[in-house]
Amino acid sequence: MSLVFAGICSHAPGMTGRAERADPAQRAALGENFARMRRAIEAARPDALVVIAAEHFGNFFMNNMPAFAIGMADYYEGPIEDEKWLAVKRHRVPGNRDLSRRLIDAAMQEVDLSYAEEWRFDHGIMVPLHFLTPNYDLPVVPVNINCQCPPMAPLHRTYVLGQALRRACDAVDERVALIGTGGISHWPATPDSGRINEAWDREFLARWERNDRAALTAYTDEEIYRDGGQGGFEIRTLIAAAGAAAGAKGRIWYYQPIPIFAVGCVVGVMDLAAAG
Amino acid sequence: MPLAACVQGKDPRSILIAMSLYYVQKLIYQLNREPALREEFRRDRDRVLAAYDLTPEEIAAIAGPDIGLLYVLGVNGQLLMHYAAMHGYEWNQYLHAMREGVKRHGPVRAGLYAMVGGGIA
Repeated sequence: MSLVFAGICSHAPGMTGRAERADPAQRAALGENFARMRRAIEAARPDALVVIAAEHFGNFFMNNMPAFAIGMADYYEGPIEDEKWLAVKRHRVPGNRDLSRRLIDAAMQEVDLSYAEEWRFDHGIMVPLHFLTPNYDLPVVPVNINCQCPPMAPLHRTYVLGQALRRACDAVDERVALIGTGGISHWPATPDSGRINEAWDREFLARWERNDRAALTAYTDEEIYRDGGQGGFEIRTLIAAAGAAAGAKGRIWYYQPIPIFAVGCVVGVMDLAAAG
Repeated sequence: MPLAACVQGKDPRSILIAMSLYYVQKLIYQLNREPALREEFRRDRDRVLAAYDLTPEEIAAIAGPDIGLLYVLGVNGQLLMHYAAMHGYEWNQYLHAMREGVKRHGPVRAGLYAMVGGGIA
């Protein structure tokens, strides 16, 4: 059928694990926008959800680190972290091995991908699912971009990854929704947790709304590290989502720095219909 | 600073540090994701540690655990926060332990998780 939805959102573990420490109004506004995104995904009637994420050493380590990886299993499990720490109960999440295989075969015409028949989701996927598919009833196709440790795929390759996934989605019979989840600036799990570069975030999101490929991929990793922190490398996931929606413009529904969540929280969508 | 230098540090022994840090992180990665290894680690820690190429300082930091020293050694925060939680560190205690580590042991020696300031107190 085609790609029927493309968006981006945050996945910070504090959004569930430390939810009660946030300002109630901020937490409520974030929750409302996640609920809005959930409704938009449901309205698109997808058969599967591709989640482009940046995992944090749940499955992939420096002994064998893929630049890009896609899950190819009929089910996954998560969170891999302690359930109390994340405040998300462990679930078996449905996958679709056959769909994964077809998406991989198609995408590999343009990009090189690793595949994984086993994958234990960490907060990078489980937190978005907690808000967007709380019944864990929509088959997920997980995609990972190494954003943890150099060498990492250049930004322009992550845009190409998104484009390849788009063409793969458009080639299958199923209706596919896609989200990218990561970034924006943050210094997670360090003494600087809570530091957020709001101006840098807003500039990045403006580029994302325009789906300005050149501007989105113009950052060097040195600049990202300086201005966006080590968590900033995760903009790769958001750039890939923009690539999947190449030709469409985006709209940021919500952006707000929430230091106790260690990140500027974001919810945004691409207008695929207007791109025709 | 070029990113490569951030990873390896400026110490002339940086390649050796990076290699050894790799095994510190590998052990923590495996402890974080494998309940059976965690159980074995609790039962016979020395036996588990012997399987990894670690320096005496690293062994002491892991065994303590000295979360602050592990942070200074360059352990990736995405690994370290779970190792701290495994030892009962609440979030604010974890942040405090890292700050204390920098006070006691100096700046982060390797990796990408150096302290730059600006976090919430």
